[in-house]
Amino acid sequence: MTTATANKYLVSIGLEVHVQLKTNSKMFCSCPVRYGDEANTLTCPVCLGLPGAMPVLNLGAIKRTIRSGLMLGCKTPPVVKWDRKSYFYPDMPKNYQITQFDLPLCEGGGVPLYDLAYPKEVQKNIPEPGKTIALTRIHLEEDVAKSTHHATFSSIDFNRAGTPLMEIVSEPDITTPDEAFAYLNSLRQILVYAGVSDADMEKGQMRCDVNVSLRPQGQEKLGSKVELKNLNSMSAVRRSLYYEIERQGEALDAGELIIQSTRRWDDSIGETRLMRTKEDAHDYRYLPDPDLLPLHTPELVAEAKIDLPELPHEKVTRFEEDFGITHYDASVLASDQNLANYYEQAATGASSAKKVANWVINNLLGVLNEQGLDITTCPLTAENLRELVDLIEAEQISNSQGREVFAALLESPDKTPSAIAKEKGFEPADSSEIDAFIDQAISANPGPAGEVSEGNDKAINFLTGQVMKLSRGKANPKQVGEGIIARLRG
Amino acid sequence: MPTITELRASYQSGDLSPSDAIRTLADTIESTDREIQAYISYDTDAALAEAAKADLSLPLGGVPVAIKDVINVKGQPCTCGSKFLDGKYTAPYDAGVIKKLRAAGAIPYGRANMDEFAMGSSTENSAIQTTRNPWDTSRIPGGSSGGSAAVIAANEAIAALGSDTGGSIRQPAALCGCVGLKPTYGRVSRYGLVAFASSLDQIGPMTQTVEDAALLLQAISGHDAHDSTCVKEAVPDFNSFVGQDIKGIKIGLPKEYFAEGLDPEVKSTVEAAITQLESLGAEPVEISLPHTEYAIATYYIIATAEASTNLARFDAVRYGHRSENAANLIDQYRRSREEGFGEEVKRRIILGTYVLSSGYYDAYYLQAQKVRTLIRKDFTEAFEKVDLIASPVTPTPAFKIGEKSDDPMAMYLADIYTISANLAGICGISVPCGFTRTDDGKQLPVGLQLLGKPFAEGDLIKAGHAYEKSTDWQKTAS
Ligand SMILES: [Zn+2]
Repeated sequence: MTTATANKYLVSIGLEVHVQLKTNSKMFCSCPVRYGDEANTLTCPVCLGLPGAMPVLNLGAIKRTIRSGLMLGCKTPPVVKWDRKSYFYPDMPKNYQITQFDLPLCEGGGVPLYDLAYPKEVQKNIPEPGKTIALTRIHLEEDVAKSTHHATFSSIDFNRAGTPLMEIVSEPDITTPDEAFAYLNSLRQILVYAGVSDADMEKGQMRCDVNVSLRPQGQEKLGSKVELKNLNSMSAVRRSLYYEIERQGEALDAGELIIQSTRRWDDSIGETRLMRTKEDAHDYRYLPDPDLLPLHTPELVAEAKIDLPELPHEKVTRFEEDFGITHYDASVLASDQNLANYYEQAATGASSAKKVANWVINNLLGVLNEQGLDITTCPLTAENLRELVDLIEAEQISNSQGREVFAALLESPDKTPSAIAKEKGFEPADSSEIDAFIDQAISANPGPAGEVSEGNDKAINFLTGQVMKLSRGKANPKQVGEGIIARLRG
Repeated sequence: MPTITELRASYQSGDLSPSDAIRTLADTIESTDREIQAYISYDTDAALAEAAKADLSLPLGGVPVAIKDVINVKGQPCTCGSKFLDGKYTAPYDAGVIKKLRAAGAIPYGRANMDEFAMGSSTENSAIQTTRNPWDTSRIPGGSSGGSAAVIAANEAIAALGSDTGGSIRQPAALCGCVGLKPTYGRVSRYGLVAFASSLDQIGPMTQTVEDAALLLQAISGHDAHDSTCVKEAVPDFNSFVGQDIKGIKIGLPKEYFAEGLDPEVKSTVEAAITQLESLGAEPVEISLPHTEYAIATYYIIATAEASTNLARFDAVRYGHRSENAANLIDQYRRSREEGFGEEVKRRIILGTYVLSSGYYDAYYLQAQKVRTLIRKDFTEAFEKVDLIASPVTPTPAFKIGEKSDDPMAMYLADIYTISANLAGICGISVPCGFTRTDDGKQLPVGLQLLGKPFAEGDLIKAGHAYEKSTDWQKTAS
């Protein structure tokens, strides 16, 4: 958005995020939730909406929604219910969707925009880091079937029909496209932490509609809302918002009236196109679903609270406190739950949790990235990484030997670090041996030795290097340095 | 036809086999149904195949039961009395009650005619055929389960299943002179019953005797994991209520149900039945159900609102009547539904759509829900004073075919005594209690309605059976 637009208009953005829940079965029947099967093989009278079929609630989906709500600080009303939302469309077998209208599973709450949950370039553009975007509600509904449009006909696959779908609705608290991007990233991270969904937008597990309105600086009342559809990636959300804010700004500048409408984002040309205006909006004629009884929630909420996972930012704080690592390192490690688990396993009981963090961030992540692996497929076990760091810390091997052991461990994951060190002959040199190397280095380099005696510290490094070479890396550089000083300045 | 009890006895004694029973029925249907037009379809070969392997040790082993054509039976058509589904839908699954019937050994045989999608009180709204009342074939059999009642009255069935949304079991049972029991909402699974109004619909038995109703109700009652409105409440042994004494039970007579609009002959017949109950030891008590006058309006708002969404699935996308003249998708929806649905169904869909529309919801649907609560409260309070409520089932005996076709309001008003039980969710039974005589000398059956507390079907069976045993109204039309 150009500074001109930003200065003249206040921008309000709200997001509606649909998340497919990781459940074994569909929302109202026992058909499995699975992808990639032959079309229309995962169906039954219920998810096909056949005459006489009736829905039965999937408690697993309800529990996961309550769990998500608790992690996002929402409240669950003591009684919730389901409603029929009527509109005709071939991908909806009953021509009404079972959703929640006025008594959703979760109300209120918010998504905190923690830094480091999203890329640096986005962080730079966020006006208020640490801001929390308020949520209106989270409700649970059923997904529709998947339509495919061909030249002269359309086909429908009902395998997806009835998949549990959690809709998370934010207040229009978001003010920039980058904030919307950060919101999606932060939200996704929390949902993944909650274990309720993989929330991958590219796979359609997380889908998002946004609405955006502009109003002149100083005006209280929100401007007319424009809804954007067909946003298939987080970057599409950001780019469409940049485009749409600019478009609305220019329209307002030209004295045009923005009308409440829905526009479709075309990712290939980078523009939004009008789909429909408010006049053609549906009257959904919500009706409490007489096939489903209202649900009492207090026990479910109490149960969900028992094993609530810690939030990403809580983990960051705990890592800082428990392991004495920096906020930055803790954020990197906590950005992914599996990575955090790996680190925690390796760092717990390690001689230096900080060194473990360095090894993970500076060495391990790079190697995994190069080899196209992730932490769950990492050949180096957390135990072996801990042992490696312990060997170095105990000065059993040097840092550079440690790097060799690390590389060897990736090749032979079954071996232990000490076994590899032994194979390579990395054993700590004994002190008499080191003393002999120091003597040898001093007599071979009288010049630098003289400089050390006169107080030149740089020359210590040179002599240390010579000793390390003589010891073939076995000596501990710190010990060698101290030995040289003792000899020449003692 | 023999009753279920009699049929079971002849099976046990070896006098009859289930195949014999099916063949006898098939012959009667052949000779009778051309006139009565009560069956939409029947598959004798399939029934005979089931009869051949019937397990007579089961409670309903080898007993054929006619099924209202609104209940899914795997492999059979299920027309719901509609052109939309006639020849265009075969049920791929068994309804909950069908599974239970099969588990009890019964053989579903014959699909009974009905008002289209159970909307109506005369079966004239069937788009398939017009069913005639076996007592006077110029008259309607009642509805919407008119076919189920007529097949019993015409000796074309041993027993049948009907469904009751506002009286659709009790009213045709009364007009055809058989027993019809509407169970408490939640007693019987609705899974597989094509929904008209989900919060009111309930499947129930239609039989020749109260004892048979108890046997059939026993078989179909109880929890079904596929229907979350079907309760886990324990099912009592309904047969144990047969033959129980009714001395000292209090029977409420709602003054609103004996007021204006009630045919004098029907009134005197029902009053005689109440006197008979009194002579058996029951104690009549006058009561009031003050919100009765709002019941019909309330019912037509709630039932049509639910129906408008229930029937939205009939869109011709995957099954059902698809118009051949559609220009596009919306046009296909419009024309297919326009061509496939009858007038009454369209009237109710439009009414239901209207009452749920933005801006009208509070004034109609929400208000109706509030009144429904008051009606329910009327019954709760009444049942603090009495054990059962007795009343007529219908204000008049069966009327002539075509007589009320152009006057939907007159038709709706005829449901006045039965509708409230559905709104309140309580149980009710219609038991034959006499006849009125037409000008041309024909007998028309009259029904006595007994309403019971929630899940007290046992009380209906107890009083219904005591009454039935002490009278001689149980006969078929022939
Ligand atoms: Zn299914």
